Amino acid sequence: MMNVDTDQIIPKQFLKLIQRSGYGDFLFYDWRFDHGGNPKKGFILNDPKYKERQVLLTRDNFGCGSSREHAVWALFDYGIRVIIASSFADIFYNNCFKKGLLPIYLSQNEIEYLFNLVGKNDVSVEISLHEETISLTEKIINFNIDSTRKKILLEGIDEIDVTLRFNDRILNYEKASKIADYNKYLV
Amino acid sequence: MQKTLFDRIWDSHIVINNTQDENADDTNGPSLIYIDRHLIHEVTSPQAFASLKQSGRKVRRPSLTIATTDHNVSTDNRSLPIVDQVSKRQLETLSRNCEEFGITIYDMSSPDQGIVHVIGPELGFTLPGTTIVCGDSHTSTHGAFGALAFGIGTSEVEHVLATQCIWMYKPRSFLINVEGNLRKPHAITAKDIILSIIHKIGTDGGSGTVIEYKGKVISALSMEQRMTICNMSIEGGARAGLIAPDETTFNYLRGRRYSPKESELDKLIEFWKNNLKSDSNVKFDRVETINVDKLAPQVTWGTNPSMVVDVTDSIPSPEEFAEGDENKRKLAIRALEYMNLESGTPITGVHVDRVFIGSCTNSRLEDLIEASLVVKGRKVSTEVRAMIVPGSQKVKLEAEKLGLDTIFKDSGFEWRESGCSMCLGMNSDILSPGERCASTSNRNFEGRQGAGGRTHLVSPIMAAACAIEGHFVDVRDWL
Repeated sequence: MMNVDTDQIIPKQFLKLIQRSGYGDFLFYDWRFDHGGNPKKGFILNDPKYKERQVLLTRDNFGCGSSREHAVWALFDYGIRVIIASSFADIFYNNCFKKGLLPIYLSQNEIEYLFNLVGKNDVSVEISLHEETISLTEKIINFNIDSTRKKILLEGIDEIDVTLRFNDRILNYEKASKIADYNKYLV
Repeated sequence: MQKTLFDRIWDSHIVINNTQDENADDTNGPSLIYIDRHLIHEVTSPQAFASLKQSGRKVRRPSLTIATTDHNVSTDNRSLPIVDQVSKRQLETLSRNCEEFGITIYDMSSPDQGIVHVIGPELGFTLPGTTIVCGDSHTSTHGAFGALAFGIGTSEVEHVLATQCIWMYKPRSFLINVEGNLRKPHAITAKDIILSIIHKIGTDGGSGTVIEYKGKVISALSMEQRMTICNMSIEGGARAGLIAPDETTFNYLRGRRYSPKESELDKLIEFWKNNLKSDSNVKFDRVETINVDKLAPQVTWGTNPSMVVDVTDSIPSPEEFAEGDENKRKLAIRALEYMNLESGTPITGVHVDRVFIGSCTNSRLEDLIEASLVVKGRKVSTEVRAMIVPGSQKVKLEAEKLGLDTIFKDSGFEWRESGCSMCLGMNSDILSPGERCASTSNRNFEGRQGAGGRTHLVSPIMAAACAIEGHFVDVRDWL
């Protein structure tokens, strides 16, 4: 479906924790479980067939709404490693790369093609970030990803380390900028 | 070169342009952007501090970050102990982290506590031309001051704490002209304008962009109304909303705690006047014009903010909503089922169980004054439980000075302590399954206000009138 928001991915009652892990059991909680905490029949992740799947296929604007990175942590903890959608909300898309989750956007036609395919049969795919390809038995679909983000995922780069290497530049900015002057009012 | 307001703020904050690796000649990469202002709260910061500590890093500029507790706090009597132990631990963790790293915190005991996007402007922390981030999507609110303000995830919170910068790909620019004349400016509010904009552009219409709102309708709005507009930019998918600062903005800033003092401020105002605007002939990546001549009060009927109609209309059929898009049709069917509504029912025929006036969208003094206009001398329907949650302790105090608390309490409203409350229901202010609520908040997602709860987004005036009548009404008839 379209517009899957982060309130659905991880409802607010699970945002009270202070660590980064342990959210997988609460993924899509209100869709997966009834008010008594029993699995709801008919929700796809409750079908034993879909247990331990690593690729999530969805439509427009996935991850819209709240900026909660907990949504990414919940998907990752649950075992999802790749999300394929026609589009993503900006903050969610950014958050994915911080945890090593790969968000792939494809055209509407390609998304419909994949939905058709998985609607008929069990499909196994091989996804290569290096090659930027999704390999199916029938064909290979190419996807695009920005080279910096690709490198971050492939090499597991710590962005704070990268930034701190530019410390001189930040210091220079702080000295030179008129805007940074505003900040003297904060002491 | 002609520039947009957004270009100007962006350009003046670039530390490194378009690359993370200057040796690689990469010119399509993210830019390192300096962050002037950082707001934190209890929910999205604990993990950031934890890994900061783990890696032995410091907070680079502690004075550029301020903290408050808002998402998780009870809006009941503050002198009572916190009942929810998990919430308590999260609140205490923030206090401890702030103490350890030297960050100013306005916690539950502070007279300045409140929703992070209410207290930032209130304290004068939010200034034109600055970059502002917070681990909260509604950071777009601060764009009302001509600041580039956007929500970030927890890892980025950590990055800002450690480096005072953020890596970001430059969003595209999107101009929304708001033209025409509001027929009844008291009954038709900034909330109705932004809901009608989201109706037009859709929940992802602004994806990848920073929206600048312009036009004489916008210029005539107060700061509080401008904040309502910019606040909900994220509901249209935009990273940020922006309104160029003008006299209204400058007057708001005078005398606030962190605002520059008079003589300094005057100099800055001159600078802002000359620099913080889009050039008249600059080309935006996208332009839309909205005319408000015929704008009626807006009420959402579905489970995202674009599912909205005029109060004089009926609930649309999935086909009407979908305009030929099969996926949208399915979405509307699901929304109607979740909301337990039937196509063709007049909006004014929809009855509510709860009314919530609050949230970073609509909990400021002006919102409460507006709501009080329709409440005064009337009684809340016996079928409705209605609550007012002021955006901050300061808003609460100012409202009490004006006697608003008495007006609300006399009519049967609950008058509560400040916090995010039932906008997201992290505390005990939640809807029970099946309950229907007229809410001044920003999201009507499934379960947003409590699992199984049904949310209709409206303006404070509409919410107040709804509390009295027990159903939606055309508030233009009241004022």
